[in-house]
Amino acid sequence: MQQIHLGTIDYAILGVYFAFVLGIGWALRRFVKSSEDFFLSGRSIPAWIAGLAFISANLGAQEVIGMGASGAKYGMMTSHFYWLGAIPAMVFVGIFMMPFYYGSRARSVPEYLKLRFDEKTRGFNAITFAVMTVFSSGISMYALAKLLELILGWSFHTSVILSAAIVLAYIFLGGLTSAIYNEVLQFFLIVMGFLPLVLLGLKDVGGWDGLTAKLSTVATNAGYAPGAWSSSWRHLDSASANPMGVEWFGLVMGLGFVLSFGYWCTDFLVVQRAMAADSMTAARRTPLLAAIPKMLFPALVILPGMIAIAMHGTGGGLLPVGSDGTPNYNLAVPVMLAHYLPSGLLGLGLTALMASFMSGMAGNVTAFNAVWTYDIYQSHIRPGQSDQHYLRMGQVATVFGILLSVVAAYAATRFNNILDMLQLVFAFVNAPLFATFLLGMFWRRTTGHGAFYGLLIGTAAAAMHHGLVLPHGATPGLKGAFFGPVLHTYPSEMAQNFWTAIFAWSACFVATIVISLATKRNKSDDELKGLVYALTPRLTDHEIVWYKRPATLAVVVLGLTLILNVIFW
Amino acid sequence: MKLDLRLPIGLMFTIFGVMLTLYGLASDPAIYARSLGVNINLWWGLVLVVFGLVMLGFALRAQRLLKSSDTDSTSTP
Repeated sequence: MQQIHLGTIDYAILGVYFAFVLGIGWALRRFVKSSEDFFLSGRSIPAWIAGLAFISANLGAQEVIGMGASGAKYGMMTSHFYWLGAIPAMVFVGIFMMPFYYGSRARSVPEYLKLRFDEKTRGFNAITFAVMTVFSSGISMYALAKLLELILGWSFHTSVILSAAIVLAYIFLGGLTSAIYNEVLQFFLIVMGFLPLVLLGLKDVGGWDGLTAKLSTVATNAGYAPGAWSSSWRHLDSASANPMGVEWFGLVMGLGFVLSFGYWCTDFLVVQRAMAADSMTAARRTPLLAAIPKMLFPALVILPGMIAIAMHGTGGGLLPVGSDGTPNYNLAVPVMLAHYLPSGLLGLGLTALMASFMSGMAGNVTAFNAVWTYDIYQSHIRPGQSDQHYLRMGQVATVFGILLSVVAAYAATRFNNILDMLQLVFAFVNAPLFATFLLGMFWRRTTGHGAFYGLLIGTAAAAMHHGLVLPHGATPGLKGAFFGPVLHTYPSEMAQNFWTAIFAWSACFVATIVISLATKRNKSDDELKGLVYALTPRLTDHEIVWYKRPATLAVVVLGLTLILNVIFW
Repeated sequence: MKLDLRLPIGLMFTIFGVMLTLYGLASDPAIYARSLGVNINLWWGLVLVVFGLVMLGFALRAQRLLKSSDTDSTSTP
């Protein structure tokens, strides 16, 4: 694509943003006195801030660039990543799981596993999670640097070093509070930076009606029914009827249940934001409040991709095309920015893009340093030190966490769609994990051995399945079939990932039950108080006004999501 | 709250808004061909100024309320 030339005004906006990001870190540094301040914001964050940080931490590279790319590649079906693959799980974590996370005073998700099960389960989760966060943060940095190289002509190394240095500085100074505050700032910036793009794009294609008309041309040219790009549920009867290559069962079970609940309910990256809330009610309301903007995000991140492919497919030739004739979907959002925004607003749009990458990175780094310090360093390497010692360790961990991400950034290259790659990693590590939590929280008979070996079996099942199947048109290797024989060919990578997750979850679920029944319980009912549903006193919300209760909020959120699904059916 | 987050949010968006509005007034109208002829810098700049000022307003009101309750508690013996 043609490179964008930035004017003085664009650089000035970027400069003001960097000044505020660093300024917030500087202003918060005097509040960091203990390790709890650094890793959990001293549990003092109000619900609305924690809620916005909750979605913003997830708003990294995979969201803005990946969802835009998916919007172009798969159309309206991408909304399933929100209305099916996020909201129900966010409601579940707020209503059912937060009482155990927040109530147990665990400082991290692995620490909850230690309290509920045993040390080895915690260790396994802590190590896989730490590796995953570094990997994700590296992908974020890689994607940002690649993008800036392509559209602005900045050198890859400069972008990596600059973004790493800024994130390092503000987390080092203010810890989690600084990351959370900046995530909220980034949230507003992303909304304010992308909204004009969406409005101009919609005006150009002639509103929603104009868009669907253009998208039906795109769909029929690709050999699908006219509505394949503009409806979310209508073409899910068989995998060959939609561009995503999935059928409704794989989608609902794989994405809607296993991957979604695995991510939103057990991933410390997001749960940490709720744990930092200032009270139990605030912690429970965090994911519920987050769900409201989350359900509107498709308009901000998917729509630009859909507009881009509509313009591209009806003669605009907007997107750059690769040598094999397929458009480069990952460039959908940057191309749209360059196409519609004049100097000035372009600076704001690019700043928003950078903000999204940095919030994704910072989320991973703060989760990494807490898990490293509490669950690996304090419990296995140097236990029994002073709190100041662990606070310093957290700051050191921030530095080497970022250094490792830089290494990962240089290592990450393979997939054409970043989202597919992240889903793959989550499928291996996160998919079995939700079975462990579900059994751990709702079945007191689950034992430590059951949880640990169940998790191992689940992760192995994910790797086995992935190693024996292949998506259509791919060559054996990282994309599947690395064991040699190809037992099954899926119509798309997305379908393959969903089914990997389903296999992993089922294997872990069954194995955990069988092993738990065969082994002795390692925790008594008394030790499990506050950790298991049946042994925890019910929370009563009677002292809160009815419209502020988590349950009321949950009903509203689910109702609105249902309406959105029906409208865009 | 340690630092009222609405303060930096309000300040940053007000600054962005003013920058874009002024640039929208001063810039060559030819650059708005790509934004469908709309002077989007001017209009979106104004939107940002309003958003920024509302955030600042909330932050300042919260601060005033906090101060007045502080003086109340110190004045009571």
